[in-house]
Amino acid sequence: MSDPILKIEGICTNIAQYHILQGVDLVVPRGGVTMLLGRNGVGKTTTLRSVIGHWRAHEGRILFDGQDITQLPTAAIARAGLGFVPEDMGIFADLTVEENMILAAISGPIDPARLDWIFAAFPPLKTFWKSEAGTLSGGQKQMLSIARAMAEERKLYLIDEPTKGLAPAIISTMARALKDLKDQGASILMVEQNFAVAKALGDTANVMDDGRVIWSGAMEALANDARLQEQLMGLSMEAHST
Amino acid sequence: MIRSLLSGDMPRSKFLGAILLVILICLAFAPFLFPGVRTVDTAARICIFVVLVASYDLLLGYGGIVSFAHTMFFGIGAYGVALSSTHLGRGFDSLIIGAGLGAILAAALALVIGLFSLRVRAIFFAMITLAVASAVAVLVSQISSVTGGEDGLTFKIPRELGPAFKFGKDLFGGELLGVKLNGKLLTYYLIFGGSLILFLTLLRIVNSPFGRVLQAIRENDFRAEAIGYRVVIYRVTATCLSAAVAALAGSLYAIWLRYVGPDTTLSMEIMIDILLMVVIGGMGTIYGAVIGATLFVLAQNYLQNLMSGLSSMTEGLPILPELFSPDRWLLWLGVLFILSVYFFPTGVVGRLRGQR
Amino acid sequence: MTAAPEHAPTMARTTLRDRLAPYAPFLLVPALAVAGFLAVQNPASWLTLTVSGLAMGMMIFIMASGLTLVFGLMDVINFGHGAFVSVGAFVGISVLLALGQMTGAPSLGLNLLAVLAAVLAAMAATATMGWAFERVIVKPVYGNHLSQILVTMGGLIIAEQLIIVLWGPEEIYFTRPETLKGALTFGDAAIEKYRLVAVGVGLVVFAAMRFVLRRTKIGLIVRAGVQNGEMVAALGYRLRLVFVGVFIAGSALAGLGGVMWGLYQEVITAHMGNQAMILIFIVVIIGGLGSVEGCFVGALLVGLLQNYIAFVEPKLALISNIALMVAILMWRPMGMIPVVKAK
Repeated sequence: MSDPILKIEGICTNIAQYHILQGVDLVVPRGGVTMLLGRNGVGKTTTLRSVIGHWRAHEGRILFDGQDITQLPTAAIARAGLGFVPEDMGIFADLTVEENMILAAISGPIDPARLDWIFAAFPPLKTFWKSEAGTLSGGQKQMLSIARAMAEERKLYLIDEPTKGLAPAIISTMARALKDLKDQGASILMVEQNFAVAKALGDTANVMDDGRVIWSGAMEALANDARLQEQLMGLSMEAHST
Repeated sequence: MIRSLLSGDMPRSKFLGAILLVILICLAFAPFLFPGVRTVDTAARICIFVVLVASYDLLLGYGGIVSFAHTMFFGIGAYGVALSSTHLGRGFDSLIIGAGLGAILAAALALVIGLFSLRVRAIFFAMITLAVASAVAVLVSQISSVTGGEDGLTFKIPRELGPAFKFGKDLFGGELLGVKLNGKLLTYYLIFGGSLILFLTLLRIVNSPFGRVLQAIRENDFRAEAIGYRVVIYRVTATCLSAAVAALAGSLYAIWLRYVGPDTTLSMEIMIDILLMVVIGGMGTIYGAVIGATLFVLAQNYLQNLMSGLSSMTEGLPILPELFSPDRWLLWLGVLFILSVYFFPTGVVGRLRGQR
Repeated sequence: MTAAPEHAPTMARTTLRDRLAPYAPFLLVPALAVAGFLAVQNPASWLTLTVSGLAMGMMIFIMASGLTLVFGLMDVINFGHGAFVSVGAFVGISVLLALGQMTGAPSLGLNLLAVLAAVLAAMAATATMGWAFERVIVKPVYGNHLSQILVTMGGLIIAEQLIIVLWGPEEIYFTRPETLKGALTFGDAAIEKYRLVAVGVGLVVFAAMRFVLRRTKIGLIVRAGVQNGEMVAALGYRLRLVFVGVFIAGSALAGLGGVMWGLYQEVITAHMGNQAMILIFIVVIIGGLGSVEGCFVGALLVGLLQNYIAFVEPKLALISNIALMVAILMWRPMGMIPVVKAK
């Protein structure tokens, strides 16, 4: 494996008095989709939030593109080339879709070709371009959230549960768009509960439990081994594999 | 016995215990230890402010709620006694009725304000109390036909509490250890006794299960709510209790002064004094009120002399004499206040107990 | 960490009532003006009262806007905001008094130049002061409302006392520049010229603020930051820097408001910021903490109501604001235009 885009070395993160992450090691290679899997409450979202700097790891370090970003302010981490799609989507409800996208492009106006590509992936965004983002449906908000990350080319996309709570039809739109992004050569670190989506998109997989990564390997290997799945993630995955 | 009087909340520091004991003895025997109109007056003010500040601590230190209406409640109690004594005639019954109605009105007002603001956000409370308190202060000075306006009200307290009332002639010859046994002395002990009872009551409240829930809410209101405590109800109750005790302290103050006026009970300056006393003494300790009020009242009476000394020393220099003028004492208190919030948020008591 | 995925589609269709709801606060201002007309029953007096109510409202808005944005952005509540009002007034009026020759001359140009100099001096002074205030007093207590309230209150006390040290404890009386004195008459109604100026300045400030918030990237960042500061940072913007900028701009506006308020009253005292603070709080609470539009509407309501009531029943003028606040909080507990926090 060549020099990875993101390397997490033994980070520990506390939220209030709770020790959520207890030494997470994770490597995200350049190009392709790295999946972060596991049951609820094992620290997947916290891992992503620690990378972007919303929560601070008090131990260990995070190397992004060879640079130690553990102590950098969130804004500097983002400017280093990270696109972040939070679990709650983090859209600005009082701003229009357009204004959300303007903010997402930090280095200037959005490249028109890129915008066309985004519109092609998520047609509703074009329709509701001038509407307040708060009036969008849940799926459309998720589209906007991902579109914001895609507004500029990022070295790495952090995407937290892009299919959470969405209708099957919208999930496939989402999956198609992410596949498109992946095919352009993007590097993606994604948390996903929907195993079908994870299987379709993922190249490598990391399974977390109890604040640690307990298994890493090829997504295919995990997908083809039902016993391994059960051993690593319990039965909860079953419920999501539609 | 002492443990149960203090509701099991011991000073938890030998030095602190010693200081508290000294203050208690000084206050208990003030008329005999420090005879003199001014010193006894200082002692009475300390007693009353200890209660007032302790009742504020229930809100700020235990409830984590900032109120700017505490002087309003204080004033309601004071005006209650003054109005009842004026209209119902002098007598103990007037004092009791006035103090009782004052406390009830204060609690009711606190209930309304609390329900309006605490339901939404705790910071609303600080802003709304500031607005309401200042409106009430102006209102009181405007409806002068009832309240005496800016001049306030002078009223008569029962004869037995006046300086003309002498007792113990047969037993001690009207004097004890060189102190005249008169109504003023009785008034002092009424104030002292009343303050002591209110203080011990507050100590009991904060050490009751109610007080502990209140602290849990202050630490983490989401969690307290999640565990199943109705945060709003606890906070509003604390507000009412604190308001009622403040009103009673106000009643005692009015009895001591035999006068009420906007400046002595309702002004923003007193509100700021209370804040300073709580913070300097130590928030969330109740004992901090004793230390804070004692230090503050003594400083107010005696430190200003020092400042005028400094002021005259620096005469001739630019601005400095102005800065050290005794009138600018609030300036230095403001500085002290900010520094204490930053550097020792647990105040003197916290420091003595060895916590940060 | 994450709950089981829940499916909650949002409905796009809304009723007329729902669609009107966001505009209801804006309709309150003309509604109050009509109610005022019915209560006053005299067109000339009504016009005078309405203009002075609007003037007062505009000034309160200018003073309050910074406070509400500062709160919205960083959840910082500044009880010392009134200090900027007082300092602005003292600096501005001192400049005006120093330029007595220009203000005394019956020339509109010279007068306005003097006022402009006063306003610029006041805004520069309060902007600097705001910067220092943020650094020294507010910054160490981020995220802790209790300490914020205590410390900023301490800052207010110090500022007020320093004003007394520098300018003396007496109130300062003065007169407005020559051409801003007197009134214009419309039929039977006499309207003080200065009040019209105040309304004009208020409208300009509101329009400029809306332009910045709606049409510039900085404005977008501020609006987005009010809703979800964490996400703004995750997009690569340094929210703290934006916040300091807003704090300084808000302080400068409070200074401008202070000068205008001083010119309106023709007297300034060290406590004026304290008094303004009470109106400011009422306005930002009823407007909805964090909302500039709410603050604007709230300020106009307070100004108008106070003037109408003072005319109809002077004794009630004082508690009219409290009554207004109670009524609005009963209608909308978070204020007229509540800011949706994404958290």
